[in-house]
Amino acid sequence: MNPRGVAAASVGLWACNLCKLVSKSPLQASMGHCPRCGARIHARKPHAVVRTWALLITAAVLYVPANVLPVMETSSLFGFQKDTILSGVVYLWTSGSQPLSLLVFIASIAVPLLKLTSLAFLLASVQFRSVWRPDQRVRLYRTVEFIGRWSMLDIYVGAILVALVHFQGLATIVAGPGATAFGAVVVLTMFAAMSFDPRLIWDPAGNIRVG
Amino acid sequence: MRYAPLIACQECDLLQHETRLQAGAAAHCNRCGIELYRQRADSLDRSLACALAAGVFFVVANAFPIVRLQIQTEQTQSTLFGAVHALATQGMWFVAGLVFITTILVPAAQIAAISYLLLPLRLGKAPRGLEFAFRFLRSAGPWGMIDVFMLGVLVSLVKLSHMASVVPGIALWSFTGLMFLVAAATAAFDPRAFWISVEARR
Repeated sequence: MNPRGVAAASVGLWACNLCKLVSKSPLQASMGHCPRCGARIHARKPHAVVRTWALLITAAVLYVPANVLPVMETSSLFGFQKDTILSGVVYLWTSGSQPLSLLVFIASIAVPLLKLTSLAFLLASVQFRSVWRPDQRVRLYRTVEFIGRWSMLDIYVGAILVALVHFQGLATIVAGPGATAFGAVVVLTMFAAMSFDPRLIWDPAGNIRVG
Repeated sequence: MRYAPLIACQECDLLQHETRLQAGAAAHCNRCGIELYRQRADSLDRSLACALAAGVFFVVANAFPIVRLQIQTEQTQSTLFGAVHALATQGMWFVAGLVFITTILVPAAQIAAISYLLLPLRLGKAPRGLEFAFRFLRSAGPWGMIDVFMLGVLVSLVKLSHMASVVPGIALWSFTGLMFLVAAATAAFDPRAFWISVEARR
């Protein structure tokens, strides 16, 4: 790690997030357009901390119905059954597919929880202008961003089961309201990760205040 | 020179000079160590080749049923769009839309965007409205989820095999190919190489 050097934003240069071009920032404006690809550019993503908190809190609220409400309702010869995400994991475990059960547990329960707590931690550390291990915190952010989309797993499983299992009299599966809440959690946490700006993590280390 | 060969780290905003790299080598940030860019061999040609192949796989993957399910004499089967439709008819509009966007719309648009950008470039001209297609391609990445969908197919096949006999369809294999091709096409697309190529054509 090399502590020397300057941040682009502190010398009036803004980097485009999409094409990476570094260009001169407009005078007296908080937003500009990349001269090469036309994307919006800022010193830092606008209101990153507030926006990320808002999305994150909404996601945390919806996380409750996502786990409590049934995601799938099965009616078969053996009766009527409502499944939440957790009971789906338990079913896989007891029916002899332990590795798969673990996979669904990680994707549907551990990853969303990890995202919520990690982003909250990163936001708090940025708000307190922490200088503790910025490289590790950026790595945590990258991990959160990378694994987030895998939570969609259960949505796809539900979609396929719903599409295939409609045998008259034998068995029918319909999606439950928990699926909507769960899908919303995944989308909201993805937007939350996108609205956060990892450069804020490094700014206190260079004693920079921008955006 | 129109643009200074400066680069700012996307993670820590450290301002640095670009350096020429050998094919296959990567440049890392001097402060936080994150990869800044990589010199890929034949980046644009590989990206285009994979995108065109992905287009073929996309059609097959969506035109045929993914799996067939059999209980005694009854059987059902479904395409991916059939699954979206089934969700929508149950009133699960949000979930149906989410599945449609992430597994059909975004991958199709990614394939279309790469072909639209790179095919004319290969033929020596810059396509119209390339900025828009470029920005879409660079921001759509996380929303294309064929890889996650494939894992979902795997999990549901195991679940279904407890209650019925499962016959994989041709679309299942096409989706596997599509998954790798879309990933390869988007990973090979190097924005630096792209803009160098565009500026050479203008």
